[in-house]
Amino acid sequence: MREYFDKDLDKLNNQLIEMGSLVEKAIKNTVDVITSDKDESLDFAREQENKINEAEKSIQNHCIRLLLHQAPVAKDLRYISAALKMITDLERIGDQAIDIAEMSEYINNRTTVLNMTHISEMASKAADMVTLAIDAFVKSDLELAKTVNKHDDVIDNLFDQVKDETVEIIHNDRNLGTEAIDLMMIAKYLERIGDHAVNIAEWVAFSITGSCDIK
Amino acid sequence: MDKITVENMNLYYGNFHALKDVNLRMEKNKITAFIGPSGCGKSTLLKSLNRMNDLVEGCKITGEIKLDGEDIYGDMDINLLRKRVGMVFQKANPFPMSVYDNVAFGPRTHGIKNKKELDQIVEESLRDAAIWDELKDRLKKSALGLSGGQQQRLCIARALAVKPEVLLMDEATSALDPISTGKIEELCLKLKDNYTIVMVTHNMQQALRISNNTAFFLLGEMVEYGSTDTIFSAPKDKRTEEYITGRFG
Repeated sequence: MREYFDKDLDKLNNQLIEMGSLVEKAIKNTVDVITSDKDESLDFAREQENKINEAEKSIQNHCIRLLLHQAPVAKDLRYISAALKMITDLERIGDQAIDIAEMSEYINNRTTVLNMTHISEMASKAADMVTLAIDAFVKSDLELAKTVNKHDDVIDNLFDQVKDETVEIIHNDRNLGTEAIDLMMIAKYLERIGDHAVNIAEWVAFSITGSCDIK
Repeated sequence: MDKITVENMNLYYGNFHALKDVNLRMEKNKITAFIGPSGCGKSTLLKSLNRMNDLVEGCKITGEIKLDGEDIYGDMDINLLRKRVGMVFQKANPFPMSVYDNVAFGPRTHGIKNKKELDQIVEESLRDAAIWDELKDRLKKSALGLSGGQQQRLCIARALAVKPEVLLMDEATSALDPISTGKIEELCLKLKDNYTIVMVTHNMQQALRISNNTAFFLLGEMVEYGSTDTIFSAPKDKRTEEYITGRFG
């Protein structure tokens, strides 16, 4: 009875899965950039960012067209509005991934004197959170969306540890001030990625229940 | 505050059970919309609110419908009930007489003969129905010469002329073009300050645009009732969800 509308919604679902997968790749690449010093990783990050931006525009246009043509209600309305909000978070994650990748380039040659353990942990945790949020969306799984929120506490704790370490680095060696601040900013970006993953999980919940509550 | 309450209401047309145990409260100065597929009982319920079903042979009603707490199927005078609860139908039905006489018909029936008083009622009613400016120079012309949208607003003016408290609208815009529909929707939003409006509509966007509360009916049962925003964004019942998203109906 609503064959064409359902096809359009399937298309939107596939577009979101595709954009999610691009963002996952971008974050995994960021983890690589932080833990190694491969030059090609930065090129890959830039390429991914372009693809993510394109995906955002294309999904946004598709959503606006659906709102215009179908005047959706109930779960269709929730799904399309959630999609519109989620792509903004996904795009922001893409931006932060490239910011981290670019910044890592400057500090990579000093990693012997900087402790990267907690930053690596944060990067891998942020990647897990984004993967979980996207999985929750793909499977339309409220319980999975709720687990994203729990991971956010871990990333926040790691951020506090990196902050303490940064103070210590500057305290021990003033020459490392610039690198220490870069490190701190990377940690902040990763912490923000965690927040965006929580936002996505909240929109997944909204799409399923009509409420953003994932506590 | 509730203007109309329907309690444990059942309606039968002969052996056919058309409305099943309906319970509903319609708030004063609000617009309540009834939605549902054809044959679900929404128009039947609307007509019961001013006893239009009394004329249908074999129609039997149990339960109670109260207007300001008073049972309309009790001792209430039926003419008084229909003065308090006016109705506008799907098809505009102006009487074959002048615009003026159409609007003055109700007040005259209720005993108002004074020309000055009638003039005032006609002008006020046409103004309230947002059609005074279009018709003030055509008051003596036949109402049958008006456009569909004008005829329907004239019928609203005619309903308002007897100063009702409730206005029932049965698909009142379904035969009109978008401009006329828009005018009547605006009118409803304005009128609800002074009247309680109950409408049946197949146009869900219309229910969304102007109603405060929505009731969804299916096979004679009231499936779900709540604020229009909630019904159309996060309905609780799967059947409501499936109907409003166009999965059946």
